[in-house]
Amino acid sequence: MNVNELAQKSVQYRRNILKYIVKAKAGHTGGSLSCIDILNVLYNNVLNVSPETFGSPNRDRYVQSKGHTVEALYVVLADKGFFPESDLETLCQYKSHYIGHPTRKVAGVEQNTGSLGHGLSLSVGTALSAKLDDLTYRVFTLLGDGELPEGSNWEAALLASHYKLDNLCAIVDKNGLQIAGPTAEVCNTDPLDQKFEAFGWAVRHVDGHDFQALTEAFDALPFEPGKPSLIIAHTVKGKGVSFMENQVKWHHGVPNAEQYQQALAELTPELADSL
Amino acid sequence: MGEVTAVLSNSTAQANLDVFSSTLQTLAETDRNLLVVTSDSRGSGKLVPFAQKFPKQLVEIGIAEQNLVGVAAGLASTGKNVFAVSPACFLTARSFEQIKTDVAYSNNPVRLVGISAGVSYGALGSTHHSLHDFAALRAVNNLTIVVPADNFETEQAIRQAAQSATPVYLRFGKKPMPLLSDENRDFTFGKGRIIQEGDDVVLIATGETVYPALQASRQLETVHGIHAMVISMHTIKPLDYELLANVASKGCPILTVEEHSVFGGLGEACASFLLQNGFRNRFKIMGIPDEYTVTGSQVEIMNHYGLSENGIANEVLTIL
Repeated sequence: MNVNELAQKSVQYRRNILKYIVKAKAGHTGGSLSCIDILNVLYNNVLNVSPETFGSPNRDRYVQSKGHTVEALYVVLADKGFFPESDLETLCQYKSHYIGHPTRKVAGVEQNTGSLGHGLSLSVGTALSAKLDDLTYRVFTLLGDGELPEGSNWEAALLASHYKLDNLCAIVDKNGLQIAGPTAEVCNTDPLDQKFEAFGWAVRHVDGHDFQALTEAFDALPFEPGKPSLIIAHTVKGKGVSFMENQVKWHHGVPNAEQYQQALAELTPELADSL
Repeated sequence: MGEVTAVLSNSTAQANLDVFSSTLQTLAETDRNLLVVTSDSRGSGKLVPFAQKFPKQLVEIGIAEQNLVGVAAGLASTGKNVFAVSPACFLTARSFEQIKTDVAYSNNPVRLVGISAGVSYGALGSTHHSLHDFAALRAVNNLTIVVPADNFETEQAIRQAAQSATPVYLRFGKKPMPLLSDENRDFTFGKGRIIQEGDDVVLIATGETVYPALQASRQLETVHGIHAMVISMHTIKPLDYELLANVASKGCPILTVEEHSVFGGLGEACASFLLQNGFRNRFKIMGIPDEYTVTGSQVEIMNHYGLSENGIANEVLTIL
C-alpha cells in the first residue's frame, strides 16, 4: 500500500477502534490510537501473513506484548479477513473470545498476552526457532514504553543479542504516558536507544505516525546483520482525536455519546491528508 | 527394625536425573525437534552428556528463569518439543507467571522439568526448597503435574511428556530412586500405581516419599501384622479420582505422604475429593508443616518431619 492508502486505512481503523470500544463500554483507547499506524504498516506492508498462510511454519509472526491495546489488533485482523468484523460486536461480552487482551482463540493472534513483559521472551524463542531450522520468517513484537521496567524484557533483550537474532524486530510504542502519568516521571527508561545498544541491539528512531518513515524502517531490517533490531516509534497517545491526544485519562477512557460523535467528526477522510 | 526384604535391590538405583538425561538422549536420536532449554542448569540437571552429544539441541538461556520459560514457550509455539529444565524452586516461583500465561494459558506445550525438588537441596536452605509447587501449579488450568517415584516411572514420565499435546510439569528429586515394583509396569498420566496391596490402611505417596512409605508398610506387616496398601500417586493433577474412590470405599484409614507443604498439595487434593464425595475415612496428611523448615540435609529434614519409614509407620499406628 502506498502512503495515501495507508493513511485512509488508519482513519478507518481509528473509527472502528472507537466504535467497538464505545459498544463494549471498555477498552484501551489512548494506546490503541497510538499504535494503530504501526500495526497498519506491519499488516499491510510488512508481514507475510494472511488468513490463508497463518498455519504456515514460515509465516512472519507478530506478538503484541502490550496486549491491552488489543482493539487496535482486532480491527486490523478483521480488516485483513481473519474474522468477520461483525464479530467485534461481541467485544468484552459474556462468552466472547474477543476479550480485553489477545488470545489465540481469536484467529490471527499468535500468543496470549496481557501481562506485561512477556512478548519479548516469546518472540526470542520464536525467532530462535527460525534460526535453528534455517527458516526465513521474521518475528515482530510491539512493546509499550510503560512496560519496559518489567525485568523480563531485559533478560530477553540480552539473549536476543547473544543468539544474534537479526530476524527479530521489537517496536516500542513510545507514547510517553502510562496510567500514573508521564513514563519519564513514573520510571524513566531514557535513553532507551543507548540502553538497547548496550545490550547489543541495532536501534532506529521513527515517527510512529509517519507511514513513509515506518515503511522505510521496516524495509531496512535488519538494521545490522547479526543484531536484533529495535524501532523506537515516537507516538502520541490518543492520536487522531484532538481531545484525547496526550491525555492520560484516555489510557482506558471510554467516550460518551457526545465525545464519540465529536471524535468521528474529526476522523474523516480529510484527516488522512494530514496524517 | 524395618529391614526391607521384599523391595528389590537398590544396587541399580539411579538418580532420576541420570534417567532423565539418558532418556532424553534416546529420544533426541530420532527427534531433531527435541530441545533442552536450561538456565545454567545443565550440570545440576546431569545434561552435560546430552549437550556434548546434541550440541544443537541444547539451548542455554543463562540464569534468567522468567526468560527461560518465555523463550521455551516461543520455541514450543513453532512445534519444538521443548524440555525446560531448571531447579524446581526457581522454575515454579520465579517464572510462575510465565508458566501460567505463556505455557498453560497460551497452551504452548512446554515440558517443564523442576529438578532437585522438595528439600533435595537440604542445607542450602529455603531459597532452594520447593514446597509450594504443587499448591501453586494445581491452581493453574491446563497443566499436568507428574512426580515419578523410581527410575521406571521417570523414564515413562519423560516419554509420555514428550508426546503430550498440552503442558506438563515434571518434578524430580536428586537422590537415587530404588525400583518400587517389578510387577506393576503400568504407567499412565492420571492413573495412580498400586505398588502394594493391603486392606488395613492406605498410604498414598508421591515422588521420593513412596519408597519410605513402602518401607513403612513392610515394617508394619512384619512387626504388627498390619497390611498397608501403598500407592504411587505420581500424577498430582489430574488426580486419579477413580482409584481414590475405590480405595476409600474400603473404609480403612488413608494417609497421604508428600515432600511438600501440607497446604495445597497431594493431601489436600485427596481430602477435597473424598470429602466432597461422601467418604468419611480417617484421614491424615503428612508433609512439611507451615513453619520455617528445620535446617539439615534432605534425609534429616525428612526424618524430622516424619517423612521416613519409622515416621510413617508410627503415624499409621496412631491413626489406626
